[in-house]
Amino acid sequence: MGYPHPSHPRETVVLSKHFGDPAARTFQGWVQRGGYQAIRKALEMGREPLIELVKQSGLRGRGGAGFPTGLKWSFMPKDDGKPHYLVCNADESEPGTFKDREIMRWTPHQLIEGCLIEAFAIRAERVYIFVRGEFTEIFPILEAALQEAYAGNAAGPNIFGSGVNIDIVVHRGAGAYICGEETAMLNALEGKRGNPRIKPPFPAQAGAFGMPTTVNNVETLAAVPHIVNNGAEWYKGLALGNPKSTGTKLFSVCGHVQRPGNYEVTMGFPMKDLIHDLAGGMRPGRTLKAVIPGGSSVPILTAEEAEACLMDYESIAEKGSMLGSGGMIVMDDTTDIVKTIWRYTKFYAHESCAQCTQCREGTSWTARVLERIIMGQGRTSDLDLLLDLSEQMTGKTICVLSDSCAAPVVSGIRKFRGEFEAYLSGSRAPALQVV
Amino acid sequence: MADTPLVNVTIDGMSVGVPPGTPIIEAAKRAGVLIPHYCYHPSLPSPAVCRMCLVEVEKQPKLAPACVTSVAEGQVVHVNSPKAKAARQGVLEFLLINHPLDCPICDQAGECELQDYVFQEGRSGTRYDEYAKRYNPVEDFGPDILYVPNRCILCTRCVRFMDDVAKAPVLNVSERGDRAFIGIDDSQLLDHPWAGNVVDLCPVGSLLSKDFLHKARAWDLDKTASICPGCTQGCNINIDTRDDVVVRIRPRPNLEVNRHFICDVGRSDYRWLNRGDRIETPLVRQGDRLVASDWDPALDHVAALLETLPGTAVLLASGRAGTESLGLVKRMLGARELVAAVKVFLGEEAPLAGVPNLALRRERIPNLRGAEMLGYTAEWRRALAALPEAGVIVVLDADLDADEMAMLERAPGALVWLGTVLSDAWRRAEAVLPITNMAEENGTYVNRDGRMQRYQQAKGPVGMARPAWWVAGEVLLGRGPDAGAPATGDEAFALLGEYWPAFAGPTYADLGFTGRELATAPAGVGA
Repeated sequence: MGYPHPSHPRETVVLSKHFGDPAARTFQGWVQRGGYQAIRKALEMGREPLIELVKQSGLRGRGGAGFPTGLKWSFMPKDDGKPHYLVCNADESEPGTFKDREIMRWTPHQLIEGCLIEAFAIRAERVYIFVRGEFTEIFPILEAALQEAYAGNAAGPNIFGSGVNIDIVVHRGAGAYICGEETAMLNALEGKRGNPRIKPPFPAQAGAFGMPTTVNNVETLAAVPHIVNNGAEWYKGLALGNPKSTGTKLFSVCGHVQRPGNYEVTMGFPMKDLIHDLAGGMRPGRTLKAVIPGGSSVPILTAEEAEACLMDYESIAEKGSMLGSGGMIVMDDTTDIVKTIWRYTKFYAHESCAQCTQCREGTSWTARVLERIIMGQGRTSDLDLLLDLSEQMTGKTICVLSDSCAAPVVSGIRKFRGEFEAYLSGSRAPALQVV
Repeated sequence: MADTPLVNVTIDGMSVGVPPGTPIIEAAKRAGVLIPHYCYHPSLPSPAVCRMCLVEVEKQPKLAPACVTSVAEGQVVHVNSPKAKAARQGVLEFLLINHPLDCPICDQAGECELQDYVFQEGRSGTRYDEYAKRYNPVEDFGPDILYVPNRCILCTRCVRFMDDVAKAPVLNVSERGDRAFIGIDDSQLLDHPWAGNVVDLCPVGSLLSKDFLHKARAWDLDKTASICPGCTQGCNINIDTRDDVVVRIRPRPNLEVNRHFICDVGRSDYRWLNRGDRIETPLVRQGDRLVASDWDPALDHVAALLETLPGTAVLLASGRAGTESLGLVKRMLGARELVAAVKVFLGEEAPLAGVPNLALRRERIPNLRGAEMLGYTAEWRRALAALPEAGVIVVLDADLDADEMAMLERAPGALVWLGTVLSDAWRRAEAVLPITNMAEENGTYVNRDGRMQRYQQAKGPVGMARPAWWVAGEVLLGRGPDAGAPATGDEAFALLGEYWPAFAGPTYADLGFTGRELATAPAGVGA
């Protein structure tokens, strides 16, 4: 079953198997669909074999960075006597990404089960699910699912009679993109301003409330029960391309395709097929121009690069971009690349937390220069200025928000320089206003 | 410290060994390299947000913030490499795009770190030429503090001072992106007793003291190392003067006493140093009149009085008098029976929560400990009670209220007045001797922890005024070049050591700018 479209035969539905099925939302419904078996199995396995299993599966963080999940879990100290925390990053705010929302909307228990397994593995007795504030539909769904989980002894004290206590708390964010950055999220969780922290110390040493903490993305956690149920070999076997990218991944395809939506395919699936087959391809008479493959923070790919690309961490990196969160923004030949990039920089300028100088001032300056180019007031030196600003904004700040603002600008100028020059030379009519 | 092996690093070609855990920025100071910075401050937690201190560390792919990167053995750091310089130039350019170029009317000009670093290595022109700069109106933060948001570079030193040092979190960063500014809790004022430090901490002219607003240009000021005369804490200060007028008091770093801070009481209480109603010449009694005199006749008169007058003596001294003055004036009264007291003004104690052993103290005089070591009592009433029986009464610039003046009026003994300002009480004085206030002389105070600290002459004396220790020395040892009376503070201090062994040993040079704790071993122990 799929949502909003029926599953495509070429999809490999694991996480999204029950999307569109309201009955899967309930505790009973989830149990009937094989839910809450994995946590029982995990409790029997014990912590170390569990972490080893996740390591073996090759599961990598689905939030954007692609860090090996099992390795991350193994960073948590043992026998340190401190409370440990698991924070589930459900603050999905990367432009172009809407996969976590669907996981939580249709299968909240899938996420809860993943949280329970990891909490057990890392010795956390408390889990915070940090939900994006704007997810007004998701919040009550999670709350209801959690109540059922408590009632079914799947959460709370002594889960399933195992002697393990795991409390889960749903925390609503207040509406800042930056709180999706894990250390900003920890600050926000503590009631502070959502500013990213300096690392080190990493969250595994001093995270939420100064205690060892692991932060994982919703999709990562949702994949864990399936790995426990089916084994590491099964998960690894789902890789088509590079053996370092395993399992399935939900891609949120949006933009100029005929059937935008979430598509779950195995790692290494051809991007070309994802766009032209699963997502229904371009609208009639239109051709593919560019793709941003992993949410707005990653470099743009041209049509040629996109069509030759496989959807896994390594292949996309080879093409000079990143798999990121899997939020694919597809643009056809009607797209004004300059305007698109301007709109992204405007977003980053709005969302910069204002800590680091380069990001605070650089994001808005970049947006302003792009704006004047679009308005027909650009100067020939503006492209060099943009590239120079981007250089100053890359690799120099606490978090990567300013890098994310610079990435589309740099790749856009490099790959679509002609469009910028058309504005600068006057051969493209300036916009009267930009919105 | 001797046990911990030092970590050896090379910074811009200079090798230096520092304790493990030292941030690169501090190690660089030891190596004689200043790494430009804004948000870093040695007395505040480091947020690493200004990104100005990015340095190149060999074998690290990215530039590292020197304020939060600890040294590692064998590390090679480049502060002035092209890569690091380019990054700094970038930060400076970003900081300037929304910074008004109003240095000509900005109080910070001349001591502004933005001005300094831009001048040192910023771009000569702007590339942000066609946009209006961010504008926000000036805000009144509290009794003495204005916030000029347009000049703010969001280094957050002020926020961190209030959060982590004053532990009164009233400031915050409001808004996001380039709209951000320093906000204040709607229901609060920036009126914490130590809040004034945010003005000093601000690296630009964004937080201003109303008291100092448009009063002087930084380059017209003379700065003199001194000690705050406000309480027994003995905070180290700089007295800033312009044309011999004290215009500002600012903290001077002393990690042992006040770190980088002073309280608002000490900061604001300097106008008495500029009083115009000063005694300018010695006055000597002739019949029923006090007649202006040169120093020699006045000193002779006092010496003769002290030699001939019988009876006990009472010495009423100001706690703001230096150790040398207190000691030598007391000594001047010779071997007669004596009650010497300092007047201690009391106030509320106001600690700075984040710094151990730092507070505005209840006892609002700087030299209580020094006075006690010299045999003065803080029991002022006891001295007043002894007035009617005293043959000689000496007032050393004590601040007397109306009742005390009346008691003095009624006391039969001969009155010798060493003072700074005019007073009604000397109508019956035998001699009035003009002395300098603490900003006009060299001297020392002993703080509550027994730390002997020097204050230095910040402005010229008024009229013929001389330090009280000079007056007492002349009376004590006689006049003329061969008499051996102290001519400098250092000599007065040495003389003090001759009379009171507790002060013997160190010279002014030994005390240096940050003072030193006197040996507090009880008598009989040691040499």
